[in-house]
Amino acid sequence: MSSLSRDDVAKLASLARIEMTEEELVNLASQFGSILDAVARVQELNLEGVKATSHPQPIENIFREDVVLPSLTPEQALSGAPAQEDQRFRVPQILGEAE
Amino acid sequence: MIKKTAAQMSASLTSGETTSVALTQSHLDRISEVDSKVKAFLHVDGENALAQAAKVDAERAAGKKLHPLAGVPLALKDVLAQEGVPTTAGSKILQGWKPPYDSTVVSKLKQAGIVILGKTNMDEFAMGSSTENSGYGPTFNPWDLTRTPGGSSGGSAAAVSAFEAPIAVGSDTGGSIRQPAALTGIVGVRPTYGAVSRYGLIAYSSSLDQAGPFGRTVLDTAMLHEVMAGHDPKDATSINAAVPNVIAAARSADVKGKKIGVIKQLQGSGYQAGVLARFNESLDLLASLGAEIVEVDCPSFEFALAAYYLIAPSECSSNLARFDAMRYGLRTGDDNGASAETVMNATREAGFGREVKRRIILGTYALSSGYYDAYYGSAQKIRTLIIEDYKKAFTQADVLVSPTSPITAFKIGEKSEDPIAMYLADVATIPVNLAGICGMSLPAGLADEDGLPVGFQIMAPAMQDQRLYEVGGALEAALVSKWGGHLIDQVPALGGAK
Repeated sequence: MSSLSRDDVAKLASLARIEMTEEELVNLASQFGSILDAVARVQELNLEGVKATSHPQPIENIFREDVVLPSLTPEQALSGAPAQEDQRFRVPQILGEAE
Repeated sequence: MIKKTAAQMSASLTSGETTSVALTQSHLDRISEVDSKVKAFLHVDGENALAQAAKVDAERAAGKKLHPLAGVPLALKDVLAQEGVPTTAGSKILQGWKPPYDSTVVSKLKQAGIVILGKTNMDEFAMGSSTENSGYGPTFNPWDLTRTPGGSSGGSAAAVSAFEAPIAVGSDTGGSIRQPAALTGIVGVRPTYGAVSRYGLIAYSSSLDQAGPFGRTVLDTAMLHEVMAGHDPKDATSINAAVPNVIAAARSADVKGKKIGVIKQLQGSGYQAGVLARFNESLDLLASLGAEIVEVDCPSFEFALAAYYLIAPSECSSNLARFDAMRYGLRTGDDNGASAETVMNATREAGFGREVKRRIILGTYALSSGYYDAYYGSAQKIRTLIIEDYKKAFTQADVLVSPTSPITAFKIGEKSEDPIAMYLADVATIPVNLAGICGMSLPAGLADEDGLPVGFQIMAPAMQDQRLYEVGGALEAALVSKWGGHLIDQVPALGGAK
């Protein structure tokens, strides 16, 4: 039986940039054991020598000529911005006061 | 008029028996009449729809050569970007967002002159099997309004089965077109991965996501499939090859001499008795039409569900990192003193629903160092085994078949507190996504125990989508002749039939 503690979930939530409530952390921790047991079935088979598939098709890089093509105008690109200033996205401060 | 098939509507428009404006208005009336009960739509775009219809009518009057579906109305899953029209993917984090561009699917619909009636409800970011995970409330199954229509494309499926639209677009990452098609008694196809462009399709799990068509008949579904598919330089995973001739295949509806493989692992325990009864009857019908039924063994399918619920959450934890409150969508907690990271954390907490958070956390765990090989790495190897099982099975049969869903439509709330029970709804549809091949669900009748629709699933190799339509068309014709009409004719009238 797998399990994850409330603190484990809090660590993951912080890595995933989600500020969860105490109730959410406790709930998710209580559900996680059965979810992990269900997905842990992938470990039941002997997979030695089996290649991993990350994608259903063989993919390769696709290049095009480096020419200017029609694209969004600054107004279009900024049309969904929560805040903007001087044709730029206005964002909260990314450096601390001390820096 | 709204009860006709898209092919019949197309014929009525061509002959001048009706106009697109009249046809569009009758669907908008139907939406006004029944959507307060079904809740298939998140946004009804009546004004633009009527303007588009009028444009098609004018072009037709001027003698312009039009696409067969020009002027026919359609419902669009809210996962596809449409310029200037609210697009939310069922999430509060995108409430009010109007994309500044069209997805390639929407561009193709517009080029064909199809009338987009509005955007349909879905599980948030397509994560779910019941449409209950929508940030805007559930959609209700037209067959029984106390039940879910399946998901995640539940809004599109419900719109088509409630005669709010003749055809609709959905997307299928683990069964999100085929399972709701099964639960609402209509046809749904997940095309081969890469057959339909993902440009402008809001990403959930990029190696599995694929948009596809819904219709009330196999031919209608084929007509929409043909519009949506094709190579697109804007999607690097788009297949650069001719679109299989799905319309001709739907019309040929020929299974004589075809080998149909029944997958041993996708039946039996866990499958409802009425689902298996209708499935086996359909097999008998196919045999009576001259198909050869064989059994095939796909032993690794037993592990497909576990592999999917590692791969899809892993990819989603990465894909949904783009919702960072900086460039578009929701921003909360920006009080001028808060740091970007604090705002990001608060916005993602407020904007994402329960299941989305659950999958992001599961994916973050599965990709973290120390667990990566045991979980994500093992799941990728299972994926290889599933592809090999299919390869072998397709040497023994032209198409493979199974019930689409192990159960018929379940009650609203029945599984919403139990994620594992909900995940099991996708047990028969997920292998197709992991292998990147194509699949169809079509109605096989009603289960005896509950009178609800049962779906019959057909699977074909990559870029052999026409095989789905050949076999689906043949089975549909045989069933319609047996029933004396389409299954959808038996759906409750809801607001009164027209």
